[in-house]
Amino acid sequence: MDDDRDVVLRTRGLTRHYRMGEVTIKALRGVDLDLHRGELIVLLGASGSGKSTLLNLLGGLDRASSGSLRYGDDDLTHASQRQLTAYRRHHVGFVFQFYNLIASLTARENVAMVTDISRDPLTPETALARVGLEERLDHFPSQLSGGEQQRVAIARAIAKRPSLLLCDEPTGALDSRTGIRVLEVIETLNRESDTTMAIITHNAVIGEMADRVVHLRDGRVEGITVPARRRRAAELEW
Amino acid sequence: MRALRRKQLRDLERLKGQALAIAVVIGGGVMTLILAVTMLDALTRAQERFYASHHFAEVFADVTRAPLGLVERLQRLPGVNLVEARVGAPVRLTVPDFRDPVRGQLVSIPDGRQPTLNRLHLLAGQLPTAGREGEVVASDAFAAAHGLVPGDQIEAIIDGRHTRLTLSGIALSPEFLYQAGPTDLVPDYRRYAILWMNETALADAYGMEGAFNQLSLTLQAGADQEGVIDALDLALARYGGTGARPRHDQPSHRFLEEELDQQRAQATILPTVFLLVSAFLLHVVMSRLIGTQRQQIALLKAFGYRDAELARHYGGLALLIVLLGWGLGVGLGAWSARGMAGLYAEYFRFPELRFPIPPWALALSLLLAALSALAGTGRAVWQAVGAPPAEAMRPPAPERFRRTWLERSPLGHALGSEGRIVLRQLGRQPAKTALSVTGIALSAGLLMMGAWQLAAIDRMLDRQYREILRMDIELTFNDPTPERALGELRHLPGVLAAEPWRRVPATLIHGHRRYRTALTGLEARPLLRPVVDARGQARPLPPEGLVLTRYLGEWLGVEAGDTLEVAIMEGHRRRASLPVAALVDEPIGVGAYLRRERLNRLMREGPAIGGAWLLVDAAHRTALIAALDELPAVAGIGLMDEAERGVRRYLDETLQVFALVFVTLAGSIAFGVIYNTARISFAERSRELATLLVLGYTRAEVSRILLGEILLLGGFAILPGWAVGAGFCALLSEAFSSELFRIPLIFTPRIFAISALGVIAASALVGGLMLRRLWRLDQVAVLKAPE
Repeated sequence: MDDDRDVVLRTRGLTRHYRMGEVTIKALRGVDLDLHRGELIVLLGASGSGKSTLLNLLGGLDRASSGSLRYGDDDLTHASQRQLTAYRRHHVGFVFQFYNLIASLTARENVAMVTDISRDPLTPETALARVGLEERLDHFPSQLSGGEQQRVAIARAIAKRPSLLLCDEPTGALDSRTGIRVLEVIETLNRESDTTMAIITHNAVIGEMADRVVHLRDGRVEGITVPARRRRAAELEW
Repeated sequence: MRALRRKQLRDLERLKGQALAIAVVIGGGVMTLILAVTMLDALTRAQERFYASHHFAEVFADVTRAPLGLVERLQRLPGVNLVEARVGAPVRLTVPDFRDPVRGQLVSIPDGRQPTLNRLHLLAGQLPTAGREGEVVASDAFAAAHGLVPGDQIEAIIDGRHTRLTLSGIALSPEFLYQAGPTDLVPDYRRYAILWMNETALADAYGMEGAFNQLSLTLQAGADQEGVIDALDLALARYGGTGARPRHDQPSHRFLEEELDQQRAQATILPTVFLLVSAFLLHVVMSRLIGTQRQQIALLKAFGYRDAELARHYGGLALLIVLLGWGLGVGLGAWSARGMAGLYAEYFRFPELRFPIPPWALALSLLLAALSALAGTGRAVWQAVGAPPAEAMRPPAPERFRRTWLERSPLGHALGSEGRIVLRQLGRQPAKTALSVTGIALSAGLLMMGAWQLAAIDRMLDRQYREILRMDIELTFNDPTPERALGELRHLPGVLAAEPWRRVPATLIHGHRRYRTALTGLEARPLLRPVVDARGQARPLPPEGLVLTRYLGEWLGVEAGDTLEVAIMEGHRRRASLPVAALVDEPIGVGAYLRRERLNRLMREGPAIGGAWLLVDAAHRTALIAALDELPAVAGIGLMDEAERGVRRYLDETLQVFALVFVTLAGSIAFGVIYNTARISFAERSRELATLLVLGYTRAEVSRILLGEILLLGGFAILPGWAVGAGFCALLSEAFSSELFRIPLIFTPRIFAISALGVIAASALVGGLMLRRLWRLDQVAVLKAPE
C-alpha cells in the first residue's frame, strides 16, 4: 500500500486501556496508521475519541497496552522509559495547547533548553527566526502574547530538527486570527523541512490544510480522507 | 457549606505531608512551653505543699553552744512565732560493704516525737523511741543508695567516739530537699547522710547536755525579718552565733530556688524563642500554601461563595493544623515533663511530685499557636480572596521573571539552563525566598543553641575540674589546726603534694547589698586550686586584697580597686574593710579568695589551716583513704573525681536532656520548613518539570533543578543561621547565669558544624523525598491539566 521507505512511524493494532477504579476504559481499540516523511497529518476527533491517547503513544509519552509501534527500524512497543526518553530527546518535538514554556526563561533560553540536549540542533536564534520571533529573543513569556508564546513553543519543538512534530490542539487556547498565524508557521516549516507533522484537533477546518486527515472515533480510526485541495492556512476560517 | 467542609477535610488529607510538617513546628513550640511550665509548676507546688505541711522554718541560726534556758527568752523577741532549738553534729559513718568514707549530719529531734518545726515525713519505720540509745531516722536517699531498711545498723564516729546506730525509720524533711554535703555542689547520696536522733542521746554523745547549737524559728505574720535577725544576732553573739540567716540563705532552699530560677529562665526564654520561630514559620508556610490555592479560591468565588465563607474555610484549615500540632505538643510536653520530673525527683526529695499540666498553660499555648497561625494565614487568605474570580477561567499567566545580577556576572555565564531556572525562581520572589531563608536560618539558630549548650556545659566542667580543682582529695578538719599538721599529711602513703587552706564564714557587704559566703584563704601561688582568669591563666594572689568570682563581684556591684566590707561570722566576729584586687571568671559556684596568712591575721590567729588539698598517687588511693579515715581530726574527706562525676551526671540528666530535646526539635523544625518550601515549590513547578521530561530531559537532569533550589536555600540560610544562633546562645547564657554556675559563651567549630550539618541533613532528606515525588510524577496528566 505504502512505500515502506517513506514511513516514519507505523502502528499496528495499537490499543491502550486504563483502569479507573473498577472500570477499564478502552481509550484506543486497535489503531493501524502510517505516518510518512514530511507529510502534514491532522488527527481529527471529538473529545473522548482517543486522539490525545494516540498522540501520547506516538510521542513516547506513554506505552501501548497491545499492538505495535515502530519508529523507522526501532520497535517502540516495549521500549524502556530510558529508550522513550531518548526517542523524545532526539526525534520528537511537542507543541501543547497551553504552550508549557518555562516562565523563568526567556524565549531564547526556552529554546536553548532543547538545543542544549540535542545532537544537531538549529541555533535558538535560527529556530526563533523561523517562527518570526527574531525580534523577541530576550523576552520572558510574561512579556509575550499568547500567539507569540505558542510560536516560541513551536520554535522550541523544531529546534532539535525532529523527525516528528506533534501538536496537541496548538490553537486551542488562541483566538482564530492568532491561531491561523500559528498554523501558518507550522505550514511554512512543513514546506521547508521533511519533518512529519501531526496536529491533533477537534476543529475540522484545520483538516483542510492537511495532506491527510485521520478521523478518530471511539478509539478507532473511522477513516482517512485526503482533501481534494490542500488549502493554505491563511485561507482557513472559523 | 457541607461540601466546603468536606473539601476542608479533603484538602487536609491531600496536604497531609505539609500539614504534618507544620504541625511538628507548632508542636515543638507548644511542647517546650508545656514542658517548662509543667515542670516549674510541679516543683513549685510540691515545694509549697511540703513547706507548709511540715512547718519549714523561716529563720535559721547556728551557735557554738548556748543554754536551753535561752530559748524562752528568744521566744519573747518581737516578731518571733515558734522557736525550736536542737543539736547538730557532724558524723562519719561506715556502711557495710562500702569502702569510701561517708560523711553526714546528725540532727536532734525531741525524744520520741516530731519536732514542731521542720517535721519529718516518715516513709518507713518510725521515729526513735524515747529513752532508747542509738536509734536514728535516716534520710531516704542515703538509705536507698545503700539499700538500708529500718533495723539495719551502721557504724558512726560522733565527736571522735565510735558508736553503733540502728535505723528506726526512713524520712524526708523540708529542710533537706536538696541533700548536698556542705562543700558539694550536687548530692552524693552514697557519701553523705542526714540522720535524726533523739535529743537526749545526741546531746549526750556530742557533749551538749542542757545546751543547743542550732536554732530555727518562724515569724509572726507581718513581722520584720531583718529586725528579728538583728535581735537574734545580738542575743546569740556571746554564744558564738555565726549570724542568723533567712530561709533564702538556707542551703537546701537556696539550691531549689536556684533550680527554679533556672526553670523559670527555661520556661520563658525557650518557649518564647520556639513559639516565635514556629509562628514565623507557620506564617511562611501557610501563606505559600494558600498561594498555591489561588486558582481554586477564584473558582469557588465564581461559584458564588462569599469572601467571608472562603476566609472561614481557609482559616479553619489552618486551625485544624494548629489543633493537630497543639495536640502533638501537649502530648509530647506532658510525656517529657513526666520524664524530666522523674529526674528532678532524684535530686530534690519531695514526698510526692505530681505533674498536672496547668490549664492556663494549655489555654495559653493554644492561643499562641492559633494566633500565630491566623497571623500567618490571614494576609494570604485575604489576598487570595480579594482576587477577581475570572482568574480561574484564564489559562495561567506566565509569571514575571528578570535576569538576576548573579547571571550578569562572569560566574553567571557558566550557569547552564538549570542553574538559570533555579536562580530566577529564587530571584523572582525575593520576599518569599528571604522568608524561606529566614525560616531555615531560625531553625539553624535553634540547632546551634542546642549544640552550644552541650558543648558549653562540657567546657564549663572541664575548666572547673581540670584547670581549677586540680586536687584529688579535699580534707576538712573538725577545727582550725596548726600548720604543722600538713607535714604529717605529707608523710602519709600516696600523698604527692598537700596544700593548706582556711575557710571562714563571712558576709560581704557593699552598700545595701550583702552576700553570705566564705572567705577562702589560699597560698600565694596555689597549685592544687589555682585562681584563674578568663583565659585560664593562674593568677598569684595579691598580698592584701580580695579576689572575687566575677559573678559575685557584679552582684555586689564592686570592681577591682573598690573596697568591700567583710563581716566575719566566726571567732572574734570582726568586721574589716578589704580592697578588691581582682575579679576572676570561675564557671561554677562563687567565692572570695585571699592569702591564707592575711586571713589568719584577720582572725587574729596563728598560721592555722582548716583543711588541705591532696594530690594522690592513684596506686595508693584506697590505702590513703583508709588512713585518713582513722585520723580523728578529719571531719570530711572529699573525693574530687566523685564530685565531678556527680556534677556531670546531674547536668547530663537535667540541662543536657533539655539540650538534646531541643536539638531534636530544632532538627524537625528545619525539616518542616525545608520540606514545606520544597513541596510548595514542587507544586508550583510540576508543570515545568513535566515539560522538561516531555522535551526529553532525563529525570536525573530535571532533579538537578529541584535539588539545586533546595540546597541553595539551605546554603543561603547557614550563615545567617549562625548569626541568629549566636544571639540565642548569648541570650541563654545570660539567662542561665546563677550563683551555681555560668555557662560560658564559647563557640567551637563543632557548634557551627552541627548547625550547618543539621540544615544540610534536613535538605538532603527533603531532596530525597522530592526526588521520589519527581520519579512518580505523571508527566502527561500534569501537562494536560490547565494547572
